Amino acid sequence: MVNTSVNLCGITLNNPVIPASGTFGFGYEFADIYDINILGSISVKGTTLSPRFGNECPRIAECPAGMLNSVGLQNPGAEKVLSKELPKLKEKYSKKIMMNVSGFSVEEYVKTCEVLSKSDMIGWFEINVSCPNVHGGGLSFGTDAKSIEKVTKAVKKVTDKPIIIKLSPNVTDIVTLAKAAEGAGADGVSLINTLLGMRFDLKTKKPVLANVTGGYSGPGIFPVALRMVYQVSQAVKIPVVGMGGISSAEDVIEMMIAGASAVEIGAANLVDPYACKKIIEELPAVMEKYGISDLSGLKGEL
Amino acid sequence: MKQGIFTIEKQVALTGNIFEMTLLGDISEIKAPGQFVNIKIDALYLRRPISVCSAYGGMLKIIYKVVGSGTEKMSRMKEGEKLDILSGLGNGYDVSKSGDRPLLIGGGVGVPPLYGLAENLIKNGKKTTVILGFNTKSEIFYEKEFAKLGCDVYLTTVDGSAGIKGFVTDALSKDIEYSHYYACGPEAMLKAVHKNCQSEGQLSFERRMGCGFGACMGCSCKTITGNKRICKEGPVLSSKEVLW
Repeated sequence: MVNTSVNLCGITLNNPVIPASGTFGFGYEFADIYDINILGSISVKGTTLSPRFGNECPRIAECPAGMLNSVGLQNPGAEKVLSKELPKLKEKYSKKIMMNVSGFSVEEYVKTCEVLSKSDMIGWFEINVSCPNVHGGGLSFGTDAKSIEKVTKAVKKVTDKPIIIKLSPNVTDIVTLAKAAEGAGADGVSLINTLLGMRFDLKTKKPVLANVTGGYSGPGIFPVALRMVYQVSQAVKIPVVGMGGISSAEDVIEMMIAGASAVEIGAANLVDPYACKKIIEELPAVMEKYGISDLSGLKGEL
Repeated sequence: MKQGIFTIEKQVALTGNIFEMTLLGDISEIKAPGQFVNIKIDALYLRRPISVCSAYGGMLKIIYKVVGSGTEKMSRMKEGEKLDILSGLGNGYDVSKSGDRPLLIGGGVGVPPLYGLAENLIKNGKKTTVILGFNTKSEIFYEKEFAKLGCDVYLTTVDGSAGIKGFVTDALSKDIEYSHYYACGPEAMLKAVHKNCQSEGQLSFERRMGCGFGACMGCSCKTITGNKRICKEGPVLSSKEVLW
C-alpha cells in the first residue's frame, strides 16, 4: 500500500490533487459526473468583492500544447458566492475548500476575505495576485514585492485560515516574490498562474482574443512550472502548491519531486472533465512503479 | 454529459467543404435536438464543439464545415477510425413550445441541428415548415432530406442561384403561418429573424468555447435573464432574453 496523503498548512489531504481555480467552477457541477469527494480539495472560482462579468468574447484561443484564456474573473461576487455557490457545493462536497480570492485594491482583498470567512467550508484562502486578464488589479499586485507584502499582511489580519499567495510567472524573478509573501506571513505559495500570451487570426489579422492578450496554460507550460516550483521551494520554508500543465499522475509526481507539497490541475479539466479523477485513480500504481511509498516524502529526496 | 469512444461508420462530403459524419457509440446522454458534442482530435489541445444533426439507435450524425485545423483533420478521417467525444452538451431546443405549426429557420452550417429537431417535431405530428438559407447553389445541402421527412421546405440563396433570391428573411415575408419558431445560423441571421418574427422563438448561438460543459466561463454572454454560458445554459436562448 502506498500513502498518497499530504499535509498542506496543517490540513491533511488524502491525495495532493486539487482542481485549479477557474477550471472547475464552484465544483458542484462536476458532481454530476463523478464523486468529487475523491479530490484532495477544490480551489473554487476566483471571487471578487463585487460581481464581475469579465471580458468580452472570444475569451479562448487554442495554442500548441495548451490554450489561452482571457475570462477576466467572471464571478457573482463574494456575497452571492457565500449565500448561493458555496452552499450548493456543500451539498456535494464534505472536505475543506481552497477559497480563491482576487481584488483590485488591498481593501478589496480584505473585504472579500471577511465576507467569505463566514463559510465553514474554507480550509485555505488562495490569494490571487497574478491574474493576467484584468486591468489595474491582480497581476499588478503580483509583480511587485511591496504590494504582495501589503496584501498578505492585510489579509492575515482578518482571518485565521492559512493564506496561500498565488504567484505569477510573468516576472523577472519569482523567488523574490515568493520570499516577499513568506516574509509577510503567508502560510504557503501556489504557482504558476498562466503565462501571458497572444494569438492572431490570419484571416482578420487581428488578435483572436477580444482582450488582446490572455493566459497560456496546458502541458506546454509544465517545464516552466517545474523550474519555478523548484526554485521557489528551494528558497522558502512554507509549503508550495505546484501547478502549470499537469495532465497525468506522472506529472503530479514530477511536480512533487520539484518541491510541491500539493498540486493543482487546471487546463486538463477543460479537455477531459474526468482528468482529476483519472489522475487520482492512477496515482497509487504510478507511485508503485517508481518505488514511491509516501508522496509527502518526495520533496526531501532532492 | 458523457465521455465515450465513437467509431466512424461513414463520412461523406455534402458540398466542397461540408461533411456528414456518421458515428456509432453511446448516445444515451443526448436528450434534446439542438444539443452538441465536443470532439477530441489528435494533436490538438481543445475539443471541437459540433452540433448534433441526428441521434437515435446508437447512431450519431454530425454535419460540419471545414473552417480550421480541427475540422480539416476530421474531414480526412476514415471509416473505422475512433473519436473521443463528450456528448449530451448544452440545453437544446424545447420542443414542448412548438405549437402545431413550428417554423425552422437555418442558415448555412446552422442547418444541421434543425434536422434532428424536424425529425422530433414530425414524429409528434407537427406540421413543420423549414426555411433553409445558403450563399449559393453549390453550398446547398439537406434540402431533400427535410422534404423527405415531410417538411414544407423554402430555400433561399443570397445570389439567387437556387430558390428565393436573398436571405431567410425574404422567405419569411411569404406569409408563412407558424406557431413558434426555431433558428440556427450566423448571429446576423438570428438578429434579422428575431426582428422579422414578432412572436417568441428559440435561437441557437455559436461561440468559441474552452471546455464546452460550463467549467471555464469561456463562452459567457449577457442576457436579460442574467449571464449565461452558451455551452451550458445555451446554445439555445429565447429570443426574448437575448441582448442584441
